[in-house]
Amino acid sequence: MIQLIAFYLFATIVIASAAMVIFARNPVHSVMWLILAFFNAAGLMLLAGAEFIAMLLVIVYVGAVAVLFLFVVMMLDIDFAELRAGFVRYLPLGALVAIILAAELVFAVGAWSAGGIDLAARAAPVVSDKSNIQQIGELLYTRYIFLFEAAGIVLLVAMIGAIVLTHRQRGGVRGQNISQQVRRRPEDATRLVDPGVGQGMEL
Amino acid sequence: MTADLALIWPELILTIGGLVTLLLGTFGGDRQVGLYQLAALVTLAAAAAAVVAMFGTQASVFSNTLEVDAFGGFAKLLIYAASFICILIAPRFFKDAMRAEYPVLILFAALGMGIMASARDLMTLYVGLELNSLAAYVLASFMRSDDRSSEAGLKYFVLGALASGMLLYGISLLYGFSGTTQFAGIAQAMGGGMNNGLLFGLVFVIAGLAFKISAVPFHMWTPDVYEGAPTPVTTFFASAPKVAAMALMTRVVIEAMGPATAAWQQIMIFLALASIILGAVGAIGQKNIKRLLAYSSINNVGFMLVGLAAGTQQGVESVLTYLLVYVVTTIGSFLVVLQLRDTDGNPIESIPALAGFSQRRPGLAAAMAVFLFSLAGIPPLFGFWPKYLVFQAAVDANLLPLAIAGIVASVIGAFYYIAVIKTMYFDDKSEVEFGTGGVVVEDAVITASALWLSVVGYFFIPVLAVVSATAAAVLF
Repeated sequence: MIQLIAFYLFATIVIASAAMVIFARNPVHSVMWLILAFFNAAGLMLLAGAEFIAMLLVIVYVGAVAVLFLFVVMMLDIDFAELRAGFVRYLPLGALVAIILAAELVFAVGAWSAGGIDLAARAAPVVSDKSNIQQIGELLYTRYIFLFEAAGIVLLVAMIGAIVLTHRQRGGVRGQNISQQVRRRPEDATRLVDPGVGQGMEL
Repeated sequence: MTADLALIWPELILTIGGLVTLLLGTFGGDRQVGLYQLAALVTLAAAAAAVVAMFGTQASVFSNTLEVDAFGGFAKLLIYAASFICILIAPRFFKDAMRAEYPVLILFAALGMGIMASARDLMTLYVGLELNSLAAYVLASFMRSDDRSSEAGLKYFVLGALASGMLLYGISLLYGFSGTTQFAGIAQAMGGGMNNGLLFGLVFVIAGLAFKISAVPFHMWTPDVYEGAPTPVTTFFASAPKVAAMALMTRVVIEAMGPATAAWQQIMIFLALASIILGAVGAIGQKNIKRLLAYSSINNVGFMLVGLAAGTQQGVESVLTYLLVYVVTTIGSFLVVLQLRDTDGNPIESIPALAGFSQRRPGLAAAMAVFLFSLAGIPPLFGFWPKYLVFQAAVDANLLPLAIAGIVASVIGAFYYIAVIKTMYFDDKSEVEFGTGGVVVEDAVITASALWLSVVGYFFIPVLAVVSATAAAVLF
């Protein structure tokens, strides 16, 4: 029962916040909604018994988005005093979000400890005596090894493509010529002079 | 695992060959293009030899993600041969702009197309498709200093990404409602009864694949991309990826959606008729020969879909025969376009400039006439044969109205092919001076394909029938 409630809670919030990512006028708000969507998607993963993917989703995506957001804050000239000004006004909304997140945490942990939901049919059934990471490893590096390697080639082609489309030889740059550097002898580069007292040096 | 590796020699050869060519290019600089070209050609020939050596082997490798069989073998041979010629003709066109990446990208695209042709899992399908598409986007804008080429690349990329999105959405629906990404599993789920989820998945997957074969209404990109891309790349787009996507479409609808034939048959009939009619009508007003050939390829894809709509083994055989003849004709006609240059070596693409072309270059004009008549399916030429097979398959599958509509529309199609021939043979000479002399290789390929299409092809019918029957039989 608790799994079902948790599932519908997470699913509803994922869809709602995904819609808000598109509808929000302020890009920073979009990012915030995106983070909320990721958190809830992680909750769904947790329900399906994929704890590792859930954690990965939070760490990688939310982490990456948070860093991105940090950059935005650094780049844009945001007045923090002005940001803090609305603290009391927005406190109820903030508290609401905090309560939702806390409730979700409780539900997720409760549902997870109650045993997760059973999916009707899946191509990769979960074997309960193995850890999540082991299972992913077996799927990714044994069962789907061909696809994994092919995906590597896809990335290589993308890289080659980026180079083909953007790389050009610039004229007038001084590139490093290693063989020329190595060939250089002390005699060519230095000279010993003995200037007399009171006389200048001519270079 | 090791046993599986022994069954994917073509893919291994292409991967290793592509990487070696890339390394050669990295260390050799852009001067020794001939060397990279040679390396790529040897790789493709070796891969094709591996396919021939394994023709008839049937096995599922790498936990059923990939299927090695005669159907995939047939498609791969066509793909590799088309890629071979597209590498061969490139240096003369690109001149100084030719770089090591061109053969490398074609090799990886050929690898992706091979994976498409032997996919038996939705994930394999997608990885193969993306490998081919990514290389194709870059190839389309290979002459990046040329505005039209960059435009073609961007258009192809944006619309291709949209199509990939549709395809992925369909895949996720199919996976969600059948619980598996394997073709066999999906067929099992569809056999147990269709539901709306599976139906929507089917529609979206077919729409995504229809984009790749440029069937109407997913054809919008074709004329612009074919016109803007460098001619050797256009030759490539019109031949190899068409084969791969058509083979993939055939495999998906027969192997994965076989039990739901009634559901996709009407989609195929619509795609076929729309492509034949729009391909024929749209071509009439075209003034650019590459755009005209783009519409002609849309038109021809429509005929192939008529065979596929039959949904029978006979239908699949006719599609395979059609693909072979289509590839030969298309490569031949684009090679002729490649030779249309003025005395300064600038390419000529406008059709009015071809007026009186037969008096300037009689041989080339005759070859072009053979290719165009063959594309139109006028009887003495070999292009007629696959059209006949396709319509016969449709009639035998009780699709007589479709066959009749297709035949009527092919008459409209014949009009613009003949209009071009009329311009070449009966109009007064235009002002344009054509430069003479092609490369021996190009002339040889044009001569060989024109001869094959005129008479010689009919002698190959028994062989072709056996090979296409062997290839089609593995799907049923």
